[in-house]
Amino acid sequence: MAGASTKDVLMDFDEALERFEPVLGFEVHVELSTATKMFSAAPNPAAPGADSTVPNSFVAPVDMGLPGALPLVNAEAVRYSISLGLALGCSIAPSSRFARKNYFYPDLGKNYQISQYDEPIAFEGSVEVELEDGTTWVVPIERAHMEEDAGKLTHVGGATGRIQGADHSLVDYNRAGVPLVEIVTKPIFGAEHRAPEIGKAYVATIRDIVRSLGISEARMERGNLRCDANVSLRPRGQERLGTRTETKNVNSLRSVERAVRYEIQRQAAILAAGGTIIQETRHWHEDTGTTSAGRPKSDADDYRYFPEPDLLPVEPSFALIEELRAALPESPVAFRKRLQADYGFTDAEFRDIVNAGVLAELEETVAKGAAPAQARKWWLGEILRIANARGVDAGTLVSPLHVSELIALVENGDLTDRLARQVLEGVIAGEGSPEAVVAARGLKVVSDDSALIAAIDTALASQPDVLQKIKDGKVQAAGAVIGAVMKAMRGQADAARVRELVLERAQS
Amino acid sequence: MPDASLEITVADVQHLAGLARIALEPGEIEHLAGELNQIVDSVRKVQEVATPDVPATSHPLPLVNVLRADEVGAVLTQQQVLSGAPDQQDGRFRVPAILGEEQ
Amino acid sequence: MTDLIRWTAAELAERLGAGDVSSVEATRAHLDRIAEVEPDVHAFLHVAGEAALTRAAEIDRLRAAGEAPSPLAGVPVAIKDVLCTSDMPSTAASRILEGWIPPYDATPVARLRAAGLVPLGKTNMDEFAMGSSTEYSAYGPTHNPWDLSRIPGGSGGGSAAAVSAFEAPVALGSDTGGSIRQPAAVTGSVGVKPTYGGVSRYGAIALASSLDQVGPVSRTVLDAGLIHDVIGGYDPNDATSLQQAWPSMAEAARRGAAEGSLAGVRVGVVKELNGDGFQEGVRSRFAESLERMAAAGAEIVEVAAPHFEYAISAYYLILPAEASSNLAKYDAVRFGLRVDPGRSTTEQVMALSRERGFGPEVKRRVILGTYALSAGYYDAYYGSAQQVRTLVQRDFAAAFEQADVLVSPSTPTTAFRFGEKVDDPLAMYLNDVTTIPANLAGVPGMSLPIGLAPEDGLPVGLQIMAPVREDARLYRVGATLEALLEAEWGAPLLSRAPELGRPVPVPGFGTEPDGGTR
Ligand SMILES: [Mg+2]
Ligand SMILES: [Zn+2]
Repeated sequence: MAGASTKDVLMDFDEALERFEPVLGFEVHVELSTATKMFSAAPNPAAPGADSTVPNSFVAPVDMGLPGALPLVNAEAVRYSISLGLALGCSIAPSSRFARKNYFYPDLGKNYQISQYDEPIAFEGSVEVELEDGTTWVVPIERAHMEEDAGKLTHVGGATGRIQGADHSLVDYNRAGVPLVEIVTKPIFGAEHRAPEIGKAYVATIRDIVRSLGISEARMERGNLRCDANVSLRPRGQERLGTRTETKNVNSLRSVERAVRYEIQRQAAILAAGGTIIQETRHWHEDTGTTSAGRPKSDADDYRYFPEPDLLPVEPSFALIEELRAALPESPVAFRKRLQADYGFTDAEFRDIVNAGVLAELEETVAKGAAPAQARKWWLGEILRIANARGVDAGTLVSPLHVSELIALVENGDLTDRLARQVLEGVIAGEGSPEAVVAARGLKVVSDDSALIAAIDTALASQPDVLQKIKDGKVQAAGAVIGAVMKAMRGQADAARVRELVLERAQS
Repeated sequence: MPDASLEITVADVQHLAGLARIALEPGEIEHLAGELNQIVDSVRKVQEVATPDVPATSHPLPLVNVLRADEVGAVLTQQQVLSGAPDQQDGRFRVPAILGEEQ
Repeated sequence: MTDLIRWTAAELAERLGAGDVSSVEATRAHLDRIAEVEPDVHAFLHVAGEAALTRAAEIDRLRAAGEAPSPLAGVPVAIKDVLCTSDMPSTAASRILEGWIPPYDATPVARLRAAGLVPLGKTNMDEFAMGSSTEYSAYGPTHNPWDLSRIPGGSGGGSAAAVSAFEAPVALGSDTGGSIRQPAAVTGSVGVKPTYGGVSRYGAIALASSLDQVGPVSRTVLDAGLIHDVIGGYDPNDATSLQQAWPSMAEAARRGAAEGSLAGVRVGVVKELNGDGFQEGVRSRFAESLERMAAAGAEIVEVAAPHFEYAISAYYLILPAEASSNLAKYDAVRFGLRVDPGRSTTEQVMALSRERGFGPEVKRRVILGTYALSAGYYDAYYGSAQQVRTLVQRDFAAAFEQADVLVSPSTPTTAFRFGEKVDDPLAMYLNDVTTIPANLAGVPGMSLPIGLAPEDGLPVGLQIMAPVREDARLYRVGATLEALLEAEWGAPLLSRAPELGRPVPVPGFGTEPDGGTR
């Protein structure tokens, strides 16, 4: 099969919604940021600051399925999972169990994944998500269960770096055993034309929840948070659910929205033409904004689950559950209301921030010392503009710390806004911190008056007519000199200071 | 739901061998089908007493909450990880082309 | 044959402590014995040789400096190849792991080393511990020292043969459905399956995780107790390890032997484990040992365990199911055999490697287990088997209301001949009918020799079972009975085993898979 199919026929979105009712479902995998893995004492690559770039260097025997090795459950991962379950409004199972999900795949060290099957740690909850118009939507949660991540495959040879056409593949087990919580929604009915938006808002809310709990870095671009989107359509008036597809690894907020929209349009076109939807996994192609057919569900999906005999049931005490419940941070919705008041933003201002998906970034930027208004200006302005141009989430471009440093440089008068935009470009290009970019590109505002005076004197000398006009009190004539000086300083001067000095020199 | 009283066919064994990733030869499959039927006929006996009122036991001793503190412990070196590798490249295990996709 | 190799581990430890003998001498004597009898017995897959002598010399130096790590320091020991050893190949007797050296020691091995015991090598077994005769070893079978044309039991035939052929005073085994006790019974040695969780499974190559248990193999009850004390106890690396203080098993054995009386002990005879299918000589020796226990003051009671007849069926569902999953890791990606004819996919390479790397019994059980777990069959097979497990546990609980220990013949028959059951899986499976219930319930069990069957002159074993966590009872009662029997025989049973080390014709045997190893 060759990459993304661009031949999918799509129905107009509004028409699709007229004829069919979309039913959604999401499976979100959250990598927990514990110090160690789910079932081994190897360091966790998803822990803050971990650098697992050397392949197969974060591996304990059980992570690569060595004979004789045994798994041991990470107590902290259990606590994180319970906290997450509670934040999702779930009941916590008095007894939950691990099970083996058996299938052969080279990224799976044991050729089974330790997961939870019929006895998940958390079940039956709901999440309130805020939509762009400020209204809220309740997404019902079926379950949240603990499991381990698989290793990473690199496909070599073949044009696309994808599995199809590759000559061989390389396996790195650093990620194998990273603690995951998989959150599964119940079918989401009634989303209608807001289905794409609800999908995006749901995943954003999960991201905000796990961040506020401090249990995951939740960086989608790093795979800390991964979304599978299930979409099915049924003709208006039909009770029975349509056949669903599962679009895998939709790993940015923007993509969630686009993928849901795409599947609705694609499936509608097929159904309208009298075709049938095949139950299959589909691949999301970020570049083309399309999905393509993957593996059909088949007999091979016989995972032969059975209770993991190397591990024992987890039975959290009432006291532990209540301790964790008491420690829960406020919900993202409540938190936002408080934050908006603290920051002094209007409803519209605040909604723009939420909709741009940069609230967490903005919050952290403020925490690092920036004024809320400045933080808002940068995140919603220049950064969002570049993000949109590149089709990525703004948070992936630059860190809040760097933004706060940039703002500080402007506030101190070291940078003009124009220079700051150039510095931002450098930071995004990976040239280092704002300070480093300023130093390397030599962008600092020239605040040494003697350099400015020298340039002014030169400019005044070359434009004697202008000098005379200024002396005659026609202050606006100074503009020509200021322009020349700014040009000579290659923009690295504070124009207001230049003006002051020009007037001073002209009178002297 | 499949009927557990049915005979295990050659096709069934073929399917099971696929799930278990064993490239059984045709003769072996036929032979195994015969043996499996015998064995399954015999072990099916468990159903006689497995009435709904009897709970299942998966562990011989009823322990719970055996958990590990979240502290980094022994980790293998990359060299140890790769020490038994049938094939390797750039610090990773090398495998031939993969047909199926991730689950 | 020198006396040195005839000494028990306890005797050897005493003389090492007294300075009568060095560990190097003891180790060399056993290595010499191995060289002498291995062509006949083939108990070992790997012999440590120089490495063992080096370690022995180190222990001698420590002892001279007054730093012997334990009373057993310097005593040689053989290790079943199912246990990971960081300095010797660990193959579980499978082609798929040929030459594999793990980066760690199994916990029981690490504890033996820490106590100063000297590993002599790795012993033969049925591939991945699947079998009751050691005929399913990929490297050729082990021969019973009592009759080289017969099986030494399995899966731990190598360890049992090693101690009964005086190649090692003590050994480690693993017991999933009788793999320590059945070989002990048919070789006239002693073997103990501890309470599930009593000995760490860390580093034991898994067969069926909820049934596997590592334990001692020896020639005396006391020696088994000495090893049990070293290898047993809580290990945080095994989630199923029991966190509790254990009494000394060696102490229990010494007390039992010294008391010489079973007054006040209620011995329950399991009605269901002494049926018509049992060999006549096995039944008669068993009956005599009951009389002997009664004469020593034991109260003999008959107990019923109505669900034990379902145990073997449950076992042959649970074991293959767990094994099918445990053995999935042998896939030619990270370690072990890879068969790659070229221009193949990973899927094909995995399947071909497993086809070539696994023997017939392993394939049989993996396919059976895959079947038992597959969609739609779970409840009918695996689920039902787990329910039978509950019923077996209830039977034990009820029986232990009436008796302090339970007894049965360890095996239905004495050692059978090579090839007799190798092509009849069901007949092979029935060998474990007596030992399986203990594994399903997690209770400890011991086999010790109680004489020779009159009709074939081969050893018969008695199985003793105790409630979970009450392993010490096995040692107390076992040592008492052992002492009484030996007093009557005038010598240990093994002194009656035929001489080895001379060329012995092996009649009617030509099916060895690996002709090169003998
Ligand atoms: Mg899933
Ligand atoms: Zn998952």
